[in-house]
Amino acid sequence: MTPQNDLLIEIKNLKTYFALDEGTVKAVDGATLDVRRGETLGVVGESGCGKSMIARSILRIIDPPGQIVDGEILYYRSQAGAPPGASHQVDVIDLAKVDPRGPQIRAIRGAEVAMIFQEPMTALSPVYTIGNQIVEALEQHRQVTKRDGRTEAIRLLREVGMSLPERRVDEYPHQLSGGMRQRAMIAIGLACRPALLIADEPTTALDVTTQAQILELMLRLKTERGMGIMMITHDLGVVAEMTQRVAVMYLGRVAEVADVRTLFHNPKHPYTIALLNSIPKLGRRARARLQPVSGMVPSPYHRPKGCLFHPRCPSVMKGLCDQKEPPLITLEGAQRVACFLYGGGGER
Amino acid sequence: MNQSVTTGRPVLLDIKHLRKYYPIRHGLLQRVTGQVKAVDDVSFHIFEGETLGLVGESGCGKTTAGRCILRGIEPSGGEILFMRGPGDVVDVARQDPQSMSTLRRNLQMIFQDPYSSLNPRWTLLEIVGEPLLVNKIARGKDLEDQVADMLKRVGLRPEFMRRYPHAFSGGERQRIGIARALATRPKLVVADEPVSALDVSVRAQTLNLLEDLQQEFQLTYLFISHDLSVVEHICDRVAVMYVGKLVEMCETEELYLNPKHPYTEALMSAVPKADPDLKSQRIVLEGEVADPGNPPSGCYFHPRCRYAYDRCRVESPALREVAPGHLAACHRAEELKLSVAPA
Repeated sequence: MTPQNDLLIEIKNLKTYFALDEGTVKAVDGATLDVRRGETLGVVGESGCGKSMIARSILRIIDPPGQIVDGEILYYRSQAGAPPGASHQVDVIDLAKVDPRGPQIRAIRGAEVAMIFQEPMTALSPVYTIGNQIVEALEQHRQVTKRDGRTEAIRLLREVGMSLPERRVDEYPHQLSGGMRQRAMIAIGLACRPALLIADEPTTALDVTTQAQILELMLRLKTERGMGIMMITHDLGVVAEMTQRVAVMYLGRVAEVADVRTLFHNPKHPYTIALLNSIPKLGRRARARLQPVSGMVPSPYHRPKGCLFHPRCPSVMKGLCDQKEPPLITLEGAQRVACFLYGGGGER
Repeated sequence: MNQSVTTGRPVLLDIKHLRKYYPIRHGLLQRVTGQVKAVDDVSFHIFEGETLGLVGESGCGKTTAGRCILRGIEPSGGEILFMRGPGDVVDVARQDPQSMSTLRRNLQMIFQDPYSSLNPRWTLLEIVGEPLLVNKIARGKDLEDQVADMLKRVGLRPEFMRRYPHAFSGGERQRIGIARALATRPKLVVADEPVSALDVSVRAQTLNLLEDLQQEFQLTYLFISHDLSVVEHICDRVAVMYVGKLVEMCETEELYLNPKHPYTEALMSAVPKADPDLKSQRIVLEGEVADPGNPPSGCYFHPRCRYAYDRCRVESPALREVAPGHLAACHRAEELKLSVAPA
């Protein structure tokens, strides 16, 4: 098992539900995963699988009527003054229990756990300059003078590779290109030196060459700052290049967790296998037919009984998969999978 | 006319010097002070029954080129020669509105966003049936039969005919869009990023469907996309655009094994590969795509090109044949040894 002091965030059986008129949408339904210090964890899945909702649950920024109904989000907070990397004392805070408007989460949100969003144009305010928005992030968490804030903002913009940072600091988001906006967004996220950076589809809205620049930047910042990154994406290519471990989600649950090599070379869950088979691979020179995942993601109001993937699964076992929910079991090499093919079903 | 000299395959669409310029206006009198050359002297042809990929980054003019071909946007100049039947070639760019409307049943489009491209107040019958109705191909019971048939062919149940688009998922909506485009049995289909808005598992289904329908209806596709792995999968030949110009064109396999333009090389190396063992020999391009309203001198790519030399800064390279059937617009195409996406 991993040493306990390695953990940064540990999510146990998290359930985030939305009670709507049409019924309850179980956006996150019993998800279990963890992020360790200094690692990049990829969270992959198709739209609606709850990957963004996990991120929002950690930061407690779920829009009503969504709420956390069950589970724990344990945040292992290093105590102030402890040198990073040393075996230090940690406080454990259950973020699922704190008041979402209270002072405790406000001290963490943006400072210790920061988030960068998919669409930088909508996430940035159009009426404030880039500099103002970085300084605002700083002012929330520490005392800074105007002059120091501005200097720090310019320094951050330079760190994220913005050209002419002295000029950009006074510009508005609409004056910047998509890639530059995403750099500004990252600068805001990094302003208070977070221990965990949650990146929700940070490059999905960008072109491939710009995406390559941003991914390169994130790799560099991670090595320089030693922060943990939770990389939420649907792009398996990004996952393969950026992450050390991967969690695959399906309909609000974690189907499989493994280190990135194991996941790509030895996937266990039928959904992971199907997902990997369905993507065209560059340079593979196969005009062979793609093997799509059969069927469709079910409607959130009609979730299947038992294993959520069983109606689309090629290896479904009648009488078991459609009756019972498979627990997340641990295989060798810390690979974890929620599928009865690998046990966990008790008597067959 | 219109037989390719080298292969003898019939050419369905021959595009010559296609241009689309947008004026830049300034000041009180709205004087034209410059031009955005969205599509700048682009020439290519599409063989009957093939899939030609048109790739490039946002703003490179690939969508504008696609829409000009269907006259969704009026081209500023050039010829769009379309072979309507054996020996019957028309210039789409020079048709009056009346003849254009009869021509359009041969030229259809599949759009990127299945959410905004379908009228939410129309049933599937109206959406898929409209092209049949306006082209006076079918009406009444016959129309319903044809719509039902079309829905079946794209993998939707004909009973859904009376439902509205909101009842369907993204992948199903894209199928509705495809059914509508194919209802008039077109010859050429311009597919503008048809799978970009879809999830991975649905994307594979849709790509397979497009391939099946191509067989079934003998379709010719112009496949516009920024996703190089999808393009490699579905296209026979690929054309790469950069800031309004074609920079490279050849057979798909040749392009991926033997790229001749530094931009193509960089574009392919930038795609994240779904294999953790292939971590990055990425070429990260510096800077940003050139502004088409104020492009750099010489070769538009030279400020970002790691192979650029003096000539590239002054002289714009012409698109020329650098190997049999392989066109590239680069002064150094022959001497450069460009790296290939790892296999």
